[in-house]
Amino acid sequence: MEPLNWGEILLRMFIQLIPVWIALTVLFVVSFTYKRRLGLYGKLFDSTIGMIGFFLVMFWVFTGVMGGPMDMLVTHDALSQVSGMKNELPGEPLAGAEAGEYPFYLLGGDNLARDVFSRLIKGAWVVVQIAPVATLFAFMVGITLGLPAGYYGGRLDTSLSFLANLILAFPVILLFYLLVTPEIVLTGIPNYMALFLFIFPLIFMLILLNSRYHTQPKVRTPLLIAVMLGMGWLYLSLVSTNGSVVATPTYAIPGLPEFLDLFDIDPGILVVFVSVVFVNSPTVFRIVRGLAMDIKTRDYVAAAQTRGEGPWYIMLWEILPNARGPLIVDFCLRIGYTTILLGTLGFFGLGLESESPDWGSTINAGRRLLALYPHAAIAPAIALLTLVLGLNLLADGLREESLRD
Amino acid sequence: MGLFILRRLGVMLLTALCLTFIVFWLTNLYPNLEKLAKTQGNFRMSDEAVESYLANRGYLQPMPVKFGQWLGVLPGWTNEKDGEVTGRCFDAGTPEEQRDTFCGVLQGDWGRSTVFKDDVGALVATRLGLTGKLMFFVMLVMVPSALVLGVLAGMREGSATDRTLSTFSIASTATPEYVSGVIFIAVFASSAFGLKWFKGSATSAMESVSFENFTLPVITIALYGMGYIARMTRASMTEVMTAQYIRTARLKGVKFSNIVLKHALRNALIAPFTVIMLQFPWLLNGVVIVETLFNYKGFGWLLVAAASNNDIELLLAVSVVSVVVVLVTQLISDIGYVYLNPRIRIS
Repeated sequence: MEPLNWGEILLRMFIQLIPVWIALTVLFVVSFTYKRRLGLYGKLFDSTIGMIGFFLVMFWVFTGVMGGPMDMLVTHDALSQVSGMKNELPGEPLAGAEAGEYPFYLLGGDNLARDVFSRLIKGAWVVVQIAPVATLFAFMVGITLGLPAGYYGGRLDTSLSFLANLILAFPVILLFYLLVTPEIVLTGIPNYMALFLFIFPLIFMLILLNSRYHTQPKVRTPLLIAVMLGMGWLYLSLVSTNGSVVATPTYAIPGLPEFLDLFDIDPGILVVFVSVVFVNSPTVFRIVRGLAMDIKTRDYVAAAQTRGEGPWYIMLWEILPNARGPLIVDFCLRIGYTTILLGTLGFFGLGLESESPDWGSTINAGRRLLALYPHAAIAPAIALLTLVLGLNLLADGLREESLRD
Repeated sequence: MGLFILRRLGVMLLTALCLTFIVFWLTNLYPNLEKLAKTQGNFRMSDEAVESYLANRGYLQPMPVKFGQWLGVLPGWTNEKDGEVTGRCFDAGTPEEQRDTFCGVLQGDWGRSTVFKDDVGALVATRLGLTGKLMFFVMLVMVPSALVLGVLAGMREGSATDRTLSTFSIASTATPEYVSGVIFIAVFASSAFGLKWFKGSATSAMESVSFENFTLPVITIALYGMGYIARMTRASMTEVMTAQYIRTARLKGVKFSNIVLKHALRNALIAPFTVIMLQFPWLLNGVVIVETLFNYKGFGWLLVAAASNNDIELLLAVSVVSVVVVLVTQLISDIGYVYLNPRIRIS
């Protein structure tokens, strides 16, 4: 068979991605029709930049979800090697293709003769899986610590800011090297950090609900117990693997027994996750602290204080909702930054396994042969670029629209 | 002002001390030491052999003691075995009266690199010089072009120029160095596209810089930082352009170019100054990636080499330098902001 030319490659990729196009069309048509009723999200569809950004982001989200757990869009297995396809150029027919197999390597083969196109799609799932959740955790940590620091000020603020600046003064790459190497993983430090960092969403929810409903104990008590049990279970499932929360060669701290454990996180992904949350939370802390310091001088805060509301009620139900605009914008930007950080980790071969299809690792593997076969590194590079660009444009559109009123 | 600087210096010192202790602690954890012993000695060492190797070299003392010795506030370890005395502060054959008691950072002794078998102080100094060269060219390219971009975009808010330039700066902040570097090498230095304008490796730039070997690394770093500075400049420029005195100048009939260059620019450049100073720590990250990608053996390359081999003393020196860079630039940007902005300076 003849190799495909670029027009045919693009056409075939388009056909391969048809489920994504359908999902995107449905999403856009529905959102566009009801945009007046959808608040800030609906307003996004008034700005061209925001729409382009949203399109790029959702493209990768759908690609990740459909290609990852649903296993739809890929043409070949992302890990299997086909002999004779090493470093083949894009559009090359599959050597010795059998009936039922996809007859081409659409974006060529990498230096281990794996299909670049399928790895690209599988890699999207790694990013879509980790980046938003890690950013959300970083926001939980930053908000829970930043609000009291900004609201109370004083010694609490000084010490928390000192700690945040301490982490921020570290060069990110050095921090990654110190945290993500296998030797450090052996000591269990990432597990301790996971124990510490992942408890914040639980604390946040408990304070949030308690400050709202503490005047109605009949509602509050069952609600808090339910939340504590539900989120506590999730928390313990998240931090414990094989029945222990910290397992080193010399000792182990028992956690949730295995039959109660809902899911196990791959230890490599857990370490990456923890370090990304750790690096991001001080910046979020500083933003939230600044916003809280600004907003606490407003009249409605003074009114709430005069009413006799508790400090946590004021922080979470008066200050936080009024800080949502900048926080939502920063959330989008920060997912992009997290994606870049994940790529950096992969680029230095840290954390994830070397055969992992994530974009950073693929770029790292492809850069050695860049002068001869650039396609293996360029495909994930462009993918990463478009996703981060989409997130930045989305943030820009949101900022514009939220400033308008 | 004096008190402010003094207090900031105090906090800086404390931060640096805390951070070095964290690095010290993490690099001196037992699994790391075990790896160090095995890479330095023999990969098939038994556990006892590792233990005695580490004990002979003073690695198994308590953590605060080791940290004190590294700082130079506690006397260096000595070890007597079979009548031969070894120690931290002297070589095996040194006569007793010439042996130093203290040798640490405070005495100017940064220790020895286990990977490069060289003096850490000298090693870091030469590599810093090489990175300084890179940074100089990056600044030379990045700062003027970012300022021009920002001023042009912010001059007339909402115009077509503004839209185009703003989108460009967003795109440049969305392109991390390892993405743009890979694309640049593939397009301008590989045989696949046929445009062999530049070199994909900057190793030869360590001796002599040429247009061919230094363009790609410099552009790669500059591009990522440029977008951010340009956006800040644009924001501050649009703010200045709506100020009362600009309107007055326009109503007086001053030429638009004169308004921009003489009236607006000076006030619009205060905010970007802070941003440019705060970019240094970010650039440090870019430097690590670009030096690895282009195989330019500067400070960032040294950081990767030290970190991946757990070269404790080299890693400590590298982190001290980078932390000091971060803190000093923060200090300068604060002082410079106060100095440049008369509203703050006079009150």
